[in-house]
Amino acid sequence: MKIKPAKNKLLFEGADWNFETLARIYDGVAEIGLGELGLDIYRPRIEVITSEQMLDAYASTGMPLFYRHWSFGKQFVRNETLYRKGWQGLAYEIVINSNPCVVYLLEENTATMQTLVLAHAAFGHNHFFKNNYVFQQWTDADGILDYLAFAKNYIAECEDRYGVSEVERVLDAAHALQNQGIHRYPGKRTIDLRSEEKRERERREHGERLFNDLWRTVPEQGKKTKKRSERDRRRALLGLPEENILYFLEKTSPRLKPWQREVIRIVRHIAQYFYPQRQTKMMNEGCATYTHYEIMQRLVDRGQITEGAYFEFLHSHTNVVAQPNFDDRRYYGLNPYALGFAMMKDVERICVSPQAEDRQWFPDIAGNGDPMGTLKDIWANYRDESFVSQFLSPHVIRKLGLFLVVDDYKEKDLSVDAIHNERGYARVRRALARHYDVARHDPDIQIVDVDLEGDRRLELRHHIVDGVTLDEDDTERVLQHLANLWGYEVYLIETAGEGEPATKHHAEPVHPFV
Amino acid sequence: MHIIDRRRDASGKSLGNRQRFIRRARALVRHAVREASKDRKITDTGRGGEVTVPADGVREPSLRRAAKGGMREYLLPGNKNYIEGDTIERPPSGGGAGGASANGEGEDEFRFVLSDDEFIDLFLEDLELPDLAKRQVMGEEKSQPRRAGYRSSGPPSQLSVPRTMRNSLSRRIALRRPKPDEIAALEDRLKELEDAGADEDEILSLRAELERQGLRARAIPFIDPVDVRYRRYESVPKPVAQAVMFCLMDVSGSMDEHLKDLAKRFFSLLYLFLSRRYRYVEVVFIRHTHEAKEVDEETFFHSRETGGTVVSTALEEMIRVQADRFPANAWNIYAAQASDGDNLPIDNEKTVALLKTVILPLCQYYAYIEVGREPEERRRGGEPPSTLWRAYDLIQSPQIPMAMRKVRDRRDIYPVFRELFERKSHAASTGA
Repeated sequence: MKIKPAKNKLLFEGADWNFETLARIYDGVAEIGLGELGLDIYRPRIEVITSEQMLDAYASTGMPLFYRHWSFGKQFVRNETLYRKGWQGLAYEIVINSNPCVVYLLEENTATMQTLVLAHAAFGHNHFFKNNYVFQQWTDADGILDYLAFAKNYIAECEDRYGVSEVERVLDAAHALQNQGIHRYPGKRTIDLRSEEKRERERREHGERLFNDLWRTVPEQGKKTKKRSERDRRRALLGLPEENILYFLEKTSPRLKPWQREVIRIVRHIAQYFYPQRQTKMMNEGCATYTHYEIMQRLVDRGQITEGAYFEFLHSHTNVVAQPNFDDRRYYGLNPYALGFAMMKDVERICVSPQAEDRQWFPDIAGNGDPMGTLKDIWANYRDESFVSQFLSPHVIRKLGLFLVVDDYKEKDLSVDAIHNERGYARVRRALARHYDVARHDPDIQIVDVDLEGDRRLELRHHIVDGVTLDEDDTERVLQHLANLWGYEVYLIETAGEGEPATKHHAEPVHPFV
Repeated sequence: MHIIDRRRDASGKSLGNRQRFIRRARALVRHAVREASKDRKITDTGRGGEVTVPADGVREPSLRRAAKGGMREYLLPGNKNYIEGDTIERPPSGGGAGGASANGEGEDEFRFVLSDDEFIDLFLEDLELPDLAKRQVMGEEKSQPRRAGYRSSGPPSQLSVPRTMRNSLSRRIALRRPKPDEIAALEDRLKELEDAGADEDEILSLRAELERQGLRARAIPFIDPVDVRYRRYESVPKPVAQAVMFCLMDVSGSMDEHLKDLAKRFFSLLYLFLSRRYRYVEVVFIRHTHEAKEVDEETFFHSRETGGTVVSTALEEMIRVQADRFPANAWNIYAAQASDGDNLPIDNEKTVALLKTVILPLCQYYAYIEVGREPEERRRGGEPPSTLWRAYDLIQSPQIPMAMRKVRDRRDIYPVFRELFERKSHAASTGA
């Protein structure tokens, strides 16, 4: 690539930057990001912070403000120790899914890194936050900062009023259950009149199309009037089974005080806010990495950054997308940056210059000549699991040398189940999609029954998948927290289905909240 | 694009979380601090540092899938020569192939760094200076500013807004400055009359009234320089608690490096402890053989002397220094004596007499530490008490502020120190 020496066009020279340079860099990046790539972003709010402030931000899961709890302090001292010993570097940036989109830049970054980071976070992540459907469905970017401010004040007030340790107990218990505090399915939306009418019309038309007078002549069987048992009745009243344990406690727990319910609600809301991040980790990073790569390339092509800066960028970029092999000492699972970037680059390749294989696997997008449009559609409408199951191509599987190992505890050895060949592609792809399915990683636990008028014993059921049970030690501890919150006995039954062997955990409140 | 510079903002937003964490893990951290301090250098005694607590105590449990058992799939990158149907020997528990989800919490201990203050606070928790309240002596008077009313001139930073506004209000009321409402009411009324085409005279008189009031409002300012008040300070002499610590040590030939090291550790702890309790702490080092001398710290710990051992010389030197520079009515006096217990037998009587009649009445606390060898190095079995120990033992009684302990090993220093200064409901410090 030829870089024209166009000094006046350069965004910066050397490693140093000041706020003027930063503004110029932002404008340069924005020109490409918004103009050429056509990204759609929340207005960014860029803030420069020190490494110490970065450590602070780490402790509160990156949020600019958060309520206080010892577990964040634990996080803080851990990171601080690792950082001070030099075992762990700091992130170059933190970006928050909010509107305006808060982007923290570390002051120690060089000008090149600031460019890269702005492209990565202020444009890549930001576009993803604003457009992806899981974020749209589950998070409220406009309100989150206000909500966090409310949560922080509310919990601080509770601490003043009821004592730090009382609040801490509720938070401990709620935190233990926060993965069980998520609504995975959107509730019913209130539909406006027009779409209601449309739906009604479509339903009638469908009925008319299928109308057949003969059905009228079919003799009707005596309607089975199944009498609902008492158990079914009360379960229906309480909306059981319910997998959102925190929600159930907040609404139904007989002994909690209003402020305790509100604290539980805060923990639940925040867990819900972070849930999409878990579902889209790989795509989110892939989108940001693809965006920064694209923007940096174009900056070089336009002669807006120097050759030296370009090499610095390449060095950092290659580090980010490196995927060590499974037998490498550095191997630490699949690198979401590497996989996301590789897959998105591959989508681009399929759109622009597809092979015969790609035409067969991806007839919809192969050779459509519009990689950016295709990717934007993907960024908007998929999450990790569906993205992999739709767009992981044989090409990427071969490139990464992905293979599937099955570990069945009944067998003596592990077995290689599929590799990167014709027979294996589909199975590798399915397995990888499962790997990214968050709902499969979280155990399926539901509250199935409680008799509020009787002994108020709470009954939970864990549906065992693939024979993987719950971690025994932790389960006992969490159940203890749950029993304290509920105020009465709690049972958890683990079973793979009817007639399968079941294990039972049990806890009674020792120190209930009253 | 507006870029916000947050670098000047206060950092330490996590301080509250950090404190909550340390409070939560207090018992564990305290234990860890004591463990860590055993192996430290003297100069590091007061520093913060890394401590390790068992992760179990600060665990955050969650309902999660067990790390073992069941059917699991791992997707791994970088296949070289595996083909479908190959078997791989199961790697010895955990690790190995199980990299696909490495988010399990496999930690069994938790390390982190405490700041200097946190470390010392935990280190010295529950310790108390004996009889501190009863005999606390206030030393030299240092002047401190104290609020003392208001004055009519001063720096802008000391402007008292409430007082100024109060003056302004009372002046405005006294001079009958028309309020904006009143003027507005007059204007309304005038307009009303004009609209109604009322009596000419009435309108004219109202206009005149309005003008007069307007003039008044302009002539009488809202805030006049005579209203302005500034906060006034007076400097008040305030006594400050100060302490002096005498370190007495035998440096005769029998005190080798090991014994000196033990003594030094004790002195360091005492210094640390006193400096947490008093704003000013002076340290006086007196070493002695058959004669005693005040020296600086370096000489005190590191230079060797030869000679006999006459403890009373050190006490005399201490009395001299004290009388010279540290009057008992201005200083809290602490003394710590370290020795291997040797003394010239004929000196015992004099030593005890000095201690009993002169030194102990002056002192807040007198600690005697007898340093010795490791047990296995001692040849005799039931080691008889040393000369000095026997002598000191005679004057022990619950009424006098003196304690004595034996220390054999570095590990004993801290427990002995704690024992001496532990918070007691009833102060009764007697010998071992």
